[in-house]
Amino acid sequence: MSSFLDRILGPRISIDERSKHSLRYGTPGFLLLAARVLLLVSVFLPYWHMELQAPQYPDGLHMTAYMNSLTGDVAEIDGLNHYIGMRSLYEAAELERTVGVFIMILFVVMLELAAYIHTRWAALLVAPVVFFPVVFLVDLHLWMRHFGLNLDPEAPLSNAVKPFVPTALGKGGIGQFVTIATPGVGLILAAVASVVLVAALFFHRRAYLPLVKQQRLASGTPNGC
Amino acid sequence: MKDKRTWFRFLPATAAAFTLCGATAASNAQSMRDVETVAKERGLTNADLIAAAKTYLPSGQKDEYLMFASGGHAGQIFVVGLPSMRLLRSIAVFTPEPWQGWGFGVGNEILEEGFPNGKANLWGDTHHPALSETNGDYDGEFVFINDKINARVAVIDLRDWETKQIVKNPLTLSDHGGTFVTPNTEYIIEGGQYAVPWGSDYVPISKYKEEYKGSVTLWKFDRKRGRIDKDQSFAIELPPYWQDLSDAGKLASDGYFFMNSLNTELATGGIQDKKPPFEAGASRNATDFLHIIDWKKAEQVYKAGKTQEIKGFPVIMLQTALDEGLLHVTPEPRSPHGVDVAPKGDFIVVSGKLDPHVTIYSMEKIKKAIASKTFSGNDEFGVPILDFDSVVEARIEVGLGPLHTQFGPDGYAYTSLYLDSAVARWTMGGPYGSGTPEPDWTLVHKTPVHYNVGHIAVAEGDTVAPDGKYLVALNKWSVDRFVQTGPLLPQNLQLIDISEDGTNAPVIYDMAMGVGEPHYAQIVKADKLNSWATYPEVGWDPHVQNIKPMAPKKGMERVQRNEDGSVDIYMTAIRSHFNPEHVNLKQGDTVRWHITNTERALDATHGFAVPMYNITASLEPGETVTIEFVADTPGTFPFYCSEFCSALHLEMMGYLMVEPE
Repeated sequence: MSSFLDRILGPRISIDERSKHSLRYGTPGFLLLAARVLLLVSVFLPYWHMELQAPQYPDGLHMTAYMNSLTGDVAEIDGLNHYIGMRSLYEAAELERTVGVFIMILFVVMLELAAYIHTRWAALLVAPVVFFPVVFLVDLHLWMRHFGLNLDPEAPLSNAVKPFVPTALGKGGIGQFVTIATPGVGLILAAVASVVLVAALFFHRRAYLPLVKQQRLASGTPNGC
Repeated sequence: MKDKRTWFRFLPATAAAFTLCGATAASNAQSMRDVETVAKERGLTNADLIAAAKTYLPSGQKDEYLMFASGGHAGQIFVVGLPSMRLLRSIAVFTPEPWQGWGFGVGNEILEEGFPNGKANLWGDTHHPALSETNGDYDGEFVFINDKINARVAVIDLRDWETKQIVKNPLTLSDHGGTFVTPNTEYIIEGGQYAVPWGSDYVPISKYKEEYKGSVTLWKFDRKRGRIDKDQSFAIELPPYWQDLSDAGKLASDGYFFMNSLNTELATGGIQDKKPPFEAGASRNATDFLHIIDWKKAEQVYKAGKTQEIKGFPVIMLQTALDEGLLHVTPEPRSPHGVDVAPKGDFIVVSGKLDPHVTIYSMEKIKKAIASKTFSGNDEFGVPILDFDSVVEARIEVGLGPLHTQFGPDGYAYTSLYLDSAVARWTMGGPYGSGTPEPDWTLVHKTPVHYNVGHIAVAEGDTVAPDGKYLVALNKWSVDRFVQTGPLLPQNLQLIDISEDGTNAPVIYDMAMGVGEPHYAQIVKADKLNSWATYPEVGWDPHVQNIKPMAPKKGMERVQRNEDGSVDIYMTAIRSHFNPEHVNLKQGDTVRWHITNTERALDATHGFAVPMYNITASLEPGETVTIEFVADTPGTFPFYCSEFCSALHLEMMGYLMVEPE
């Protein structure tokens, strides 16, 4: 059992060795830490903005999505959306908003663990976090698509407005409204974290792959990980 | 769907293009030559162009000042922006007003508070608005107004600009001398005018001197509750002299207030019996009496219980007032209109219509005269008369028919001249003397106005810190100023630029006021107000300025038939529907119709109007109202939103069906 764990954790580095090559061994750990910080900070920041511009709203209508909440003029936008038969935005991504923060905590724990694992298994822990911003946007797009294509046919303006897919990023339009969707600082931080994590994996591989190979040769187990 | 990357690349370019377009458009179209062309075509002089430039507000720009003007016998308050002189809105007070849904199901209980002896009186004659003050300066929280015809005072909350309370004076039926506030709005002063027996009971006019009463009422204001506290209010009996306008002292005169009087002759008219009419009888004496009342002392006398209950209201009787030294009078030019306290509280300016002077009294001298009992005698009611020469500081001849005085920040004072149709600018002396280049106590300039000016209002011109800048002459006649609108002509409110010294004080705008006759107005810096743009929360009851616990909420709409047979309707309104849309009642049902406007958007007001039942309400975003009525008329009644709210506004309706018995 312990040998299984050892195989996953990979070669350990002595304190002497670490201090001799502090840059080599420190870099992946530091980058993983940086990614953790970025993700943690992002939880408190907006992930996504949508602005609706129309003549009768000189300041526009604004909606902001956080990891766990939807804020801004949501009630007003819902009120307008009812004309075209769109469901309340509060009904969108309920599960995602409920578990979002826990997922982020899980991500942080995974990255914490990844820092202790010196084999390719670390990549398995890091990969979901790397893809997270993309998954976020895809999820957002799917919700928009789902809401936009499933309009209530009994709605007041259903004759005038055909089902449509609101834009998840960039400029769109519906009726007299111009919609502008932009990523929030939180999402940008998460994206930066993804880049940092890819770099972390690169330096991780550079630091530990030679050691893993050495260990494999020494133990003579060709199938070792 | 557009490629998002393309769009991101385009954004800065679009922004730049937009800016460029804007710049070119501006530089293309307009040059001073174009201005000259337009001016020539329209026959405008340079002075006209300057006046236009000083007053014109491009779309979207906002006024610097708000003028709260009484509405005269319209019974409302009118709010005008300065310098644009645009009528921004009216505030319904004593008169039902359908646009604001005032008195057609909503606000009825407040209007009813003011019904004299419970008898419906559905109009008012508003004269003198008073903005609430802190340390003698407007604080923008409340505005009060009197109703001269029935002696009532109303309280308007300037968070939502709605009337919150109307109190009926139990002692008298006319209160031209209201409303004026003490420097911290401790009291709202309501002076009676035409003397009547207490409570307006029947007494033959032959007993005028004995039974007809003058009075002044001090309404205690409870700022926290935003209401007049009737239980802490009291009145003072005065001789039946037709007390008129008043003004509260401040700073040097803090603790006092001043009132004019018209009829110290005790004339009782009788033109039909060939007796002198009031206009002659009440103007016989060369002087009337300026009343000087120590309200802080009066408050102590009231608190000590030295009052008499009259018509259920505590009154400090005239004899008590004299015994306690609360009341002094001093001669003033006859038939006076305004009594106006200077910014530092040190001078009191009075003008009598039939005397071309303004008379300036010194508070210091008044106090001295009171202390040393420098009396020239007592009037026939025993009121001590302060010797005129001992209390007067200056007299200035300003012109014919001087009425009201307001103050600038720099030592200038302004007096309206009714007969001259002009506004006089004159200099004050004493501590104000150094503010003006001209010598003290002299007439500097007269600006002609059109025509027959009554009150004038200077920006914050009756506070401890006048702003000057603008003066509005509230002219009674407009004669030839506007295109003919039939034989009833609008009033003419003229804006005068008083920002420069000396003889330069031109009229720069004429505003036709065709909805009422403003008497007095106060002009407050707009940023002193903290108005709500929408009600703070959905389900707001403006009457208590809090959430109504049983306000209808989304998802809770219903028609509820109670055990006692009454019906509660819980309805919500949002663009573009009411819920419920079908309301079934039985003839004779007592109905409480609760409606919440659940909107949060600025300006998303809904109306609620029911035919045949004389119901119309204005529901501003967040507001909840309750309308009570008896469904006495059977039939089918389409109710609808009466405020154009949305593209599907016409569809925002429902059916009230009242089944016959």
